[in-house]
Amino acid sequence: MHRGSMIRTIRLGFKSLMLHKLRSALTMLGILFGVSSVIAMLSIGEGASYEAQERIKALGSNNIILESRKPPDQNTQQEQSAWTAQEYGLTYQDAELIADTLPAVKVVIPIREIPKRVRYSETIVPTIVLGTVPGYSEVTGVQLKEGRFLTRIDLQRKRNVAVIGSEIARKLFRLTNPIDKNIRIGKEIFRVIGQLAEPERGNTGKSADRMRQGIFVPLTAAISFFGELIVKTSAGSREMERVQLHRIKVQVLGNEEVLGTGAAIRKIMADQHKKKDFAVIVPLELLRQAEDTKRIFNIVLGSIAGISLLVGGIGIMNVMLATVTERTREIGIRRALGAKQRHIIAQFLVETVVLSCMGGILGILLGITIPAVVEWYSNITTIVSPTFPILAFGISAGVGILFGLYPAWRAAQMDPVEALRHE
Amino acid sequence: METETIHPHSEIQPSTKMSGPADDELVRLDRVERIYKMGDNVVRALDGVDISIHKGQYWSIIGRSGSGKSTLLNVLGCLDRPTGGTYFLGGTNVNQLDDDALSEIRGQRIGFIFQSFNLIPQLTVLENLEVPLFYQESEPGVAKERAERFADRVGLKDRLHHRPNELSGGQQQRVAIARALMNEPLILLADEATGNLDSKTEKEILTLLDELHQEGMTIIMVTHSDKVADRAGHKLELRDGKVLKITHLDRSPL
Repeated sequence: MHRGSMIRTIRLGFKSLMLHKLRSALTMLGILFGVSSVIAMLSIGEGASYEAQERIKALGSNNIILESRKPPDQNTQQEQSAWTAQEYGLTYQDAELIADTLPAVKVVIPIREIPKRVRYSETIVPTIVLGTVPGYSEVTGVQLKEGRFLTRIDLQRKRNVAVIGSEIARKLFRLTNPIDKNIRIGKEIFRVIGQLAEPERGNTGKSADRMRQGIFVPLTAAISFFGELIVKTSAGSREMERVQLHRIKVQVLGNEEVLGTGAAIRKIMADQHKKKDFAVIVPLELLRQAEDTKRIFNIVLGSIAGISLLVGGIGIMNVMLATVTERTREIGIRRALGAKQRHIIAQFLVETVVLSCMGGILGILLGITIPAVVEWYSNITTIVSPTFPILAFGISAGVGILFGLYPAWRAAQMDPVEALRHE
Repeated sequence: METETIHPHSEIQPSTKMSGPADDELVRLDRVERIYKMGDNVVRALDGVDISIHKGQYWSIIGRSGSGKSTLLNVLGCLDRPTGGTYFLGGTNVNQLDDDALSEIRGQRIGFIFQSFNLIPQLTVLENLEVPLFYQESEPGVAKERAERFADRVGLKDRLHHRPNELSGGQQQRVAIARALMNEPLILLADEATGNLDSKTEKEILTLLDELHQEGMTIIMVTHSDKVADRAGHKLELRDGKVLKITHLDRSPL
């Protein structure tokens, strides 16, 4: 069939579909919803996995994070001796051991977290004091808005200097420049030397949270000013615990060393700690897991969307079979006037494909709208990759051909004499 | 008249051409049978029919219902294949052709006129007229020019953009006749062409067919009415699938 007659066949298909507008529209709905759900699901899934991956990447794919965990079996003991501080978690020794024994380790950042109230002039704000070392800024990638971060000398001299989080700065110093102002953390006076920049809006990770709410001081200063004992007061009860380090961030030299180093750290820690009072988090592992999860997610979503397209396709086939029966006489006329079987097949196949492609196009429009609406109302990130509409359109055309073939074949197989006699 | 579409295409083998008949013999049926088997029942719709029709003749086929006249017309129109005997159309042995080749013959050599007009309802008059040439894959311009010419010939030039349901029965049949002429066929087959029309319109349509015959068209018309049948030069009476009688009226030479 040459191009001119193909175009005329397509026009004819449109014309026949327009004769039964409601029927065509209802048939299209099946494909429309199928295609739009494919796009909507893919883009919401893509957005979710992107967000998860970004969060993991924010931890640093070259990093390994160790965290102190309160061992679960300690709770009952603690109630018996309310005045004894519970002792657990990562130690200074752990940090040194990791730094000294593992060759692939580039930097080890110990972090000690102490909940305190901070006061400037009349304003008092709850905060978390982070005792750490200068390397923290490079490993976690903190950005300064003003001033400087902690230095080696601050650490050596146990200076009472502080770098304040963006939100703390906003609450304490509305209009004043915080640099060189003295603030009172607990009972101690610290001088503000830097203010951190606001992290990206979407970044809800722990380190981003610290960059807003935390106050960074030299680890040595934190120990000497606030001591080893941490007292947490909460609604009527006070809890005391002795934790040396809350977190240790380990930066590894190269990406390929991460998994091996992670395993080695787990081994060292298991040897050092009889109680399971720590956790080792390897973001790269999480990233791999997130990718696996995404793959499963895609398969599940793909199957759901596939089923809805299948249902839509069956709907189309059903309607086309009815159409073929209804237009038996037209088929007979066309056959009498010289139409070959392939002409009849082309006519009905084109009609089905036109129907499903129109459904596909409308489905793409709806499918692009849904993620936008979802993003508007809830804060979920969605990503419409340009491949989705192309994929969806291809699928809908494919469904049209697949489910149009049988009705078209039936039409072509009709005996012209019988077809002409059909009332 | 243009003649380019009359000649057989490559798919129709000229080798099947018969040696015997005169050059102007268009249709030749030799002991043609059409047998339907329904379970144990055998229906002989056509039972050894011999006919020879020459170019420019006007034939009528008459018979009661069940006499086999519709089956004969279907065989003549290459819609149906005989189960026995041979059918030559314009020198081509039709029996041996496959579905595609039969479609091609119908498209190139035969014009159909039906009792119920059989126009395609969703298409305009112009589009209905273009249908036969669409399957010949001719250029759209050719089809349009010809459609206008034949619509004019049957007196419906001003109705080209109307739909069939906007036309009277007589007008619809005129469109159908124009459509049958679109491929410039070898023969025009009319199946009870006036069966659905009142007597005044019937006369108009029969007059139109007479005119076409006078212009040289070969026409075969099936009817159950003697009055209609007598307008043709040659009358073939069928009964139980057999030729009962052939009458050659003096109006046209054998």
